[in-house]
Amino acid sequence: MARNDPRKDVVIVGLGWTGAIAGIELAKEGLEILALERGADRATVPDFQYPNVADELRYGVRYGFMQKPVNSTLTLRHNSSQTAMPMRHLGSFLPGDGVGGAGIHWNGNTWRPQPEELRLRSYAIETFGANVIPEDMTIQDWGVSYDELEPYFDRFEYMLGLSGQAGKLNGEVIAGGNPFEGSRKRPYPMPPLQMQMGPRMFRDKAEAMGLHPFPMPAANASEAYVNEYGMQLGPCNYCGFCERYGCLNYSKSSPQTCILDALKRYPNFAYRTHCDVLKVELATDGKTATGVTYWDEAAGEDVFQPADLVILAAFSLHNTHLCLLSGIGQPYDPATNEGVTGRNYAYQMTGGTTLFYQDLSFNPFIGSGSTSYVIDDYGTNANDFAALGFVGGSYIHASQSNGQPIRSMSLPKGVAKWGASWKQGTKDWYGRSMSIATHGSNMAYRDCYLSLDPTYRDPHGRPLLRMTFDWKPNDIAMTQYMKTRIEDVVQAMKPTSFASSYKDASSHYDVRPYQSTHNVGGTAMGLDRRTSVLNRYQQA
Amino acid sequence: MPIDFPKSTRRAFLTSAVAGTAIAASMGHGWAQSTLVPLAEYVPTFLSPTEWAFLMAAVARLIPSGERSPGAIEARVPVFIDLQLAGEFGQASDWYMSAPHVPDSDPLLGFQASLTPALIYRQGIAAFDTWCEVAHGAPFAKLDADTQDLALTALEGGKVKLSPDLRDFFDLLLQNTKEGFFADPMYGGNAGMVGWLHIGFPGARASYREWNDPATDNVRYPMGPVSISGERA
Repeated sequence: MARNDPRKDVVIVGLGWTGAIAGIELAKEGLEILALERGADRATVPDFQYPNVADELRYGVRYGFMQKPVNSTLTLRHNSSQTAMPMRHLGSFLPGDGVGGAGIHWNGNTWRPQPEELRLRSYAIETFGANVIPEDMTIQDWGVSYDELEPYFDRFEYMLGLSGQAGKLNGEVIAGGNPFEGSRKRPYPMPPLQMQMGPRMFRDKAEAMGLHPFPMPAANASEAYVNEYGMQLGPCNYCGFCERYGCLNYSKSSPQTCILDALKRYPNFAYRTHCDVLKVELATDGKTATGVTYWDEAAGEDVFQPADLVILAAFSLHNTHLCLLSGIGQPYDPATNEGVTGRNYAYQMTGGTTLFYQDLSFNPFIGSGSTSYVIDDYGTNANDFAALGFVGGSYIHASQSNGQPIRSMSLPKGVAKWGASWKQGTKDWYGRSMSIATHGSNMAYRDCYLSLDPTYRDPHGRPLLRMTFDWKPNDIAMTQYMKTRIEDVVQAMKPTSFASSYKDASSHYDVRPYQSTHNVGGTAMGLDRRTSVLNRYQQA
Repeated sequence: MPIDFPKSTRRAFLTSAVAGTAIAASMGHGWAQSTLVPLAEYVPTFLSPTEWAFLMAAVARLIPSGERSPGAIEARVPVFIDLQLAGEFGQASDWYMSAPHVPDSDPLLGFQASLTPALIYRQGIAAFDTWCEVAHGAPFAKLDADTQDLALTALEGGKVKLSPDLRDFFDLLLQNTKEGFFADPMYGGNAGMVGWLHIGFPGARASYREWNDPATDNVRYPMGPVSISGERA
């Protein structure tokens, strides 16, 4: 039996970063708002409090703060001729659930897009000619410019409370920052975090080689801070339990530390947990949202929640899923290259090199998700696409984020995977390595997309989302180029030995090892209705 | 998550106080260890006696014990795995287990078995023991250490023919063994924090502001580990 609830001005689907920001800004306008969150309620105390959260098995390995595939997952395949298989447990990427969403368990690396990236197609064609874009590459411009967005980036960074070093301030290049970034009107609100020995070793060598290292822009407070909502952050204590964990120290920016307690004071804002939105309901015109239907777990019933404004603020994959289930936008068809919803799913290309030093102690358990030195010398706007043979780029970073031993146990060649050799290897080499890695671009392609699975269903009986995705030569060429750039620095740093791991021409997407939760696309924005679900104001 | 509650009978205490002497020397504070039921008397929650015998033998090869260097047995890894298999992990409580299952699909598309981890252990141990009897004349637990290593190497390398539903058996066993060596002691393994002491990981200390200073470069952090329950070593 479906319940009909009284009308609200606004219903928000998902109470993570996007839902919390939309919630507080609309609450200030006096609108009646209801946010629906499919997962549990979460607060720093008790959910992230010391010492319970410092539990690698529960949160790092068993994914305590992530979505449970039993409730929500998708299917995967490499191309349209394969039958997709369900992602039965998590691996390659880790969507959150619960209040705060993935905003509680991220690393806090907080980048602005480069001005060129927001109009990548136009930039590539104007600068290098139309031929640099392969036929099957379906990149497009975003329909908004960096200059238009700069005031919002600025406000976002001051709301979160970032620690970093400006590289380009009102057009002027500042030593020690990122000279390849778009110009900013103000410096970061806080100075950079204190970096450890490994990242500083990388910084010093990179600088000596004529590169431009700078501290990772960090949503981890380097000092005490109060934001525009009156929310307070305390300085990071480098606890070594950052990514995959809620912050025990009120230092990592999250909806909890930056917004929610301020938001909950508005009487015109309410939120409900364990409420899974099943569908956006549309008026007979097929264009106007009238509200949402959701499953209220506590009541054990479906609920229709009417609202004038429906904001999809879930994880990108779930927003796309809801659009496909609700008939928002024409579903994308790769055969005809028509339709929009599910089009241009893209990911991120990662790889890295581990450096072993038999005589150095790195104390790897001391760190945060953003204690890194970075270079952007090979980022998208620094690369000659025509000469290099690929579109895109990568930042390269040396980070020290954690030394949790179940997952973070780098061992050099020659050490076996088990037995006496492994045991001795862990004693000899734990804490004696650092890594330099690439977080690179992955372009959009005609046959990489999201659709509904014909076979597998979720507990509500809805078809699972189906991902069709594989690596492409353009992005393999990019990561192989980054490998040569990284190994140049590595060799100059003279480690005892090193080990590299990068995708190559034989690589296919592997859903098992963790790579990145930067799953993007599916509901692209832009100026052309034929290629975009959303207009430049994020309206469907 | 299930917790390895100490069974504080007088008999268990006295027995373990004697049995624990050898390893207590390398562990500093042994109080938690000495109140745990000794491994020889531990009654598994999930595993049968045959399965327990296999697991005791297998983890002893995966992380062997040294003269002054505790291995998986001293860390009570078999207890950890038994409790994990009895709990949410073993029952795949969080996993999507709906049919249809295609267990021999492309490994890059991930785990596709129709069996929970607990049942993969159950059927995997039985199949592997049968293979050991045919290839080496006895179930795994009865083989000598060198032959056990050969058998595990064959299992790891896919030389032991298993049904597709069991293809992740070795990987699960090795992964869970390492988890039991390095996870917080509240889960039954890493007893006395021997895994953390072995490598120099300070456990749940999680506060290092004064140690994140260039003045401490290349100085090994001096404090021993603490567990979530406050145990020190």
